[in-house]
Amino acid sequence: MALERSDVEKIAHLARLQIRDEEVPGYTQTLSDILALVDQLQATDTTDVEPMAHPLDAVQRLRADVVSETNQREQLQSVAPAVENGLFLVPRVIE
Amino acid sequence: MEWETVIGLEIHVQLATKTKIFSGSSTAFGAEPNTQASAVDLALPGTLPVFNENALRMAVMFGLAIDAEIGKRSVFERKNYFYPDLPKGYQTTQLAEPVVGRGHVDIELADGRIQQVRIHHAHLEEDAGKSLHEDFHGMTGIDLNRAGTPLIEIVTEPDMRNAEEAVAFARKLHSLVTSLGICDGNMAEGSLRFDVNVSVRPKGTETLGTRTETKNLNSFRFMEEAIELEVERQIDVIEGGGEIRQETRLYNGDTKVARAMRSKEEANDYRYFPCPDLLPIVIDDAYIEAVRATLPILPAQWKATFVEQYGLSEYDASVLSSNNVQAAYYDQVAKSCGDGKLAANWVMGELARLLNQHDTDIKASPVSAEQLGGLLTRIKDDTISGNIAKKVFEAMWLEGGSADEIIDAKGLKQVTDSGAIEGIVDQVIASSDKQVEQYKAAEPDKRGKMLGFFMGQVMKASGGKANPGAVTGILKQKLDALCD
Repeated sequence: MALERSDVEKIAHLARLQIRDEEVPGYTQTLSDILALVDQLQATDTTDVEPMAHPLDAVQRLRADVVSETNQREQLQSVAPAVENGLFLVPRVIE
Repeated sequence: MEWETVIGLEIHVQLATKTKIFSGSSTAFGAEPNTQASAVDLALPGTLPVFNENALRMAVMFGLAIDAEIGKRSVFERKNYFYPDLPKGYQTTQLAEPVVGRGHVDIELADGRIQQVRIHHAHLEEDAGKSLHEDFHGMTGIDLNRAGTPLIEIVTEPDMRNAEEAVAFARKLHSLVTSLGICDGNMAEGSLRFDVNVSVRPKGTETLGTRTETKNLNSFRFMEEAIELEVERQIDVIEGGGEIRQETRLYNGDTKVARAMRSKEEANDYRYFPCPDLLPIVIDDAYIEAVRATLPILPAQWKATFVEQYGLSEYDASVLSSNNVQAAYYDQVAKSCGDGKLAANWVMGELARLLNQHDTDIKASPVSAEQLGGLLTRIKDDTISGNIAKKVFEAMWLEGGSADEIIDAKGLKQVTDSGAIEGIVDQVIASSDKQVEQYKAAEPDKRGKMLGFFMGQVMKASGGKANPGAVTGILKQKLDALCD
């Protein structure tokens, strides 16, 4: 499966990546090459193979429902670009 | 043309865990902004999620309560989108392998019809934080206390055909999750949020019309209004020659207006993939059975018991079984006094009235089920009349104590001794010449109605303590004797 220029632009937008116009053909080629590899994998007969969600042969450990975190707001917000009244401030998301 | 409405719901239920789904931060409501947002909730580099066992247990409880298949293996996936109240840039959720599979919830409609609503599945996921769009110098404020609160999202099949059915389902679900104790049910605080998928099609056809989704309805009334408005809008559009666009809509309950979200706000391309930070959740039969053993009695079971054992009407049984605390309270009162109908009348009548008047709920009732049961026992054995019982009940509410203590202390014991009652009846007859003459002049079949006056006088003279049954008998006998 070969990607079009527009596919790459869409993927970049969804991932919030800004790429220069002249970079688009290069990405289109390399991403298409990756998909070609996936096509090759797809051709393998996997009838008797169970789908894998995780490469580790283990199951999730569970945590008891007990509060273990204390308020670290001051420290955590010390690295934020803008805070006010305990809130993180970000560029306005609705007009 | 006649149109048929088709409705399916998606419901987000905040689980009543103490901590978040993937971190040990508290989930208590109403804390100062960002004081319950840890490094994991903020998605700082190097942090990893650890799954909360209690969230899993609650999801399994829900699955068992709706008779669903429980996913013995379930997998968390990443749903990718960018929004500032979602610090990781993805929501950890489940898609292909959810914890709860197909199940069903039976709803009861106003006309007594029972209808089954199929549940497609329910999955575990995390809530996002909150964006505050008030003006912070042209910026948006973000509070991440809610980020990572465990949710189950319940998805129904499109089995509802009008707003009434959808609201009946929503109420049933509310009653179910609160009875299970897996959600506090506080809709105003967002503990239970409904998304409604609505489409219309010509009646008698099978193909589903294009649907719209109205998001985040947080009251039953808004849900009903939003559905009715949307059905009307869709029919207008189609009959006007237009087409329904698949879109997400928002309903404002204050202005009663709905609008479509701009397409930029949606961009539904979530690129799900299994979350590499979390291993598959695997549970065995022993775990499921251990959870099953902790299930409380559910509304449907209470209701059946109330109808069969106490002979209650379907309606009364529904009201009393709608929440677990009330059902257990009623059950104890009924057992204690041995009269299910009397107990139902008091729990839905006097008790509900005083709870309402004092703006409290049955959990905090100052009168316990034992106390009320004791009081009703004294009505049953004719120690006091129903009217006196109301006075005893109010005294019990204000001052505490058992029915017997209050009856003794206030001298409220009913007079059943016929000698004493005869004395009062004679007095009343002697001082009511006019009414006695009217009684004698009346046709015999009209006299029954005229007893009311004398009854009232006797009860008044006895301070309400005379046994009404005994009074009626004696009055009738004495008055009729005068007529011969």
